Amino acid sequence: MFCRATTRILSHRRLFSTTPVADDLFVTAWKRIMPNLDPPKTPLTFMQPRPSAASPSKLTVNLVSPYSSQFCKKQVDMVTVPATTGEMGILPGHVASISELKPGLLSIHEGNEVKKYFVSSGFAFVHSNSVTDIIAIEVVPIEQVDPTSVQKGLSEFTQKLSTASTDLEKVEAQIGVDVLSALNSSLLG
Amino acid sequence: MAMIALRREGRRFAAPLISNPINPLRSSLASSECAFTCLPPNKIAYVIREQVVLGVRSISTQIVRNRMKSVRNIQKITKAMKMVAASKLRAIQTRAENSRGLWQPFTALLGDTPSVDVKKNVIVTISSDKGLCGGINSTSVKISRGLHKINSGPEKESKYVILGEKAKAQLVRDSKKDIELSITELQKNPLNYTQVAVLADDILKNVEYDALRIVFNKFHSVVQFVPTTSTVLSPEVMFNAVLENACSEQGARMSAMDSSSRNAGDMLDRLTLTYNRTRQATITTELIEIISGASALEG
Repeated sequence: MFCRATTRILSHRRLFSTTPVADDLFVTAWKRIMPNLDPPKTPLTFMQPRPSAASPSKLTVNLVSPYSSQFCKKQVDMVTVPATTGEMGILPGHVASISELKPGLLSIHEGNEVKKYFVSSGFAFVHSNSVTDIIAIEVVPIEQVDPTSVQKGLSEFTQKLSTASTDLEKVEAQIGVDVLSALNSSLLG
Repeated sequence: MAMIALRREGRRFAAPLISNPINPLRSSLASSECAFTCLPPNKIAYVIREQVVLGVRSISTQIVRNRMKSVRNIQKITKAMKMVAASKLRAIQTRAENSRGLWQPFTALLGDTPSVDVKKNVIVTISSDKGLCGGINSTSVKISRGLHKINSGPEKESKYVILGEKAKAQLVRDSKKDIELSITELQKNPLNYTQVAVLADDILKNVEYDALRIVFNKFHSVVQFVPTTSTVLSPEVMFNAVLENACSEQGARMSAMDSSSRNAGDMLDRLTLTYNRTRQATITTELIEIISGASALEG
């Protein structure tokens, strides 16, 4: 059983690099039960192919949010993400890891150029093949943020926090204060 | 000669609609006869009914005209629905395409295991709330039934979680006891991430499962959608699935409405032809009656 599981995992590893094929076990089971209907496709079929071997010099970054893909398969030198455990720099060849993001500044280093984005929250998946997926709920380039409205919002939420009566209101105001103070400090910093 | 052929054509086309030109004469004779002789009342009633059915010639064209009017109205409605679907599709298609980057990290990380064999299975069927959108709902219901069949056995069980009115209506019929949760009216306001995240959270919290499969229609083009099953449930994957399904729904509705307005147009053409032929035949018959009457008086 364990052996089969590992081979399954290995076969999946292989699938990422080469052209994806449907799960044979599933297809045969489906054909036996529903011979007249084609088996449904699985998301792997629609995956964009990913590099198999680690690229030694560059890091491939995908930065996505629910409403947009900021960039896809961009080759960069380094990425700094605001993980909950602290700022984390990701270089090519980074060991595989998953980290949760907190509101903060995400910077992308490409040669001498540094691009800065503000992310509200999300996850960063670092794969061993020098591919990093960053999923953020909201992501905006920092230069598009208006400092005055941030100040205004911050004071508004601080006031709300002091006057909040129920737990829900308190938590909501706390989240607002956290996000906006992170945004404020990243604007200043 | 040509006129005779035309008449015959017209009569064949509208056989049940146009009255036999001899019958009115006979029925009027019958009614005048009954005025003079004393017939029993039920016979009178019969004669009158026959008169109503076979009597005035203009009734037949009236029926066709009414039919034409209703078909034209239906065509107008389907055309309008097509327009609405097209504009909705444009809005939702960009959103679906923008959200496509969202599920890929999860699939890359966790892979795809549609054949996973566990005790408690849950199938999340995504469908639409409204009908008239081709076969997308029945496709996802069929796929869900297949998955249900594969994953149910003596010590296995699978349950449904249903999104949308249409799949619920279909699955309630035969597997009511397997429906764990059903959520409708998701698309009342435009789909947003927060709403879907809350929904995914709801499923994660309230439904017990070992393996979960999301069934949805992935949008490919306006006329093509691909039934897909995903084995990862996260708000991100769910959001993309719901958007793709909504997009397929609008696409399917657009093409369904397009073909039904075309069908209505064809039907209208046929009815117009029948109507004109019938009218022409009636006029011709009347002329012949008059002319032959006049010539009989002369002769």
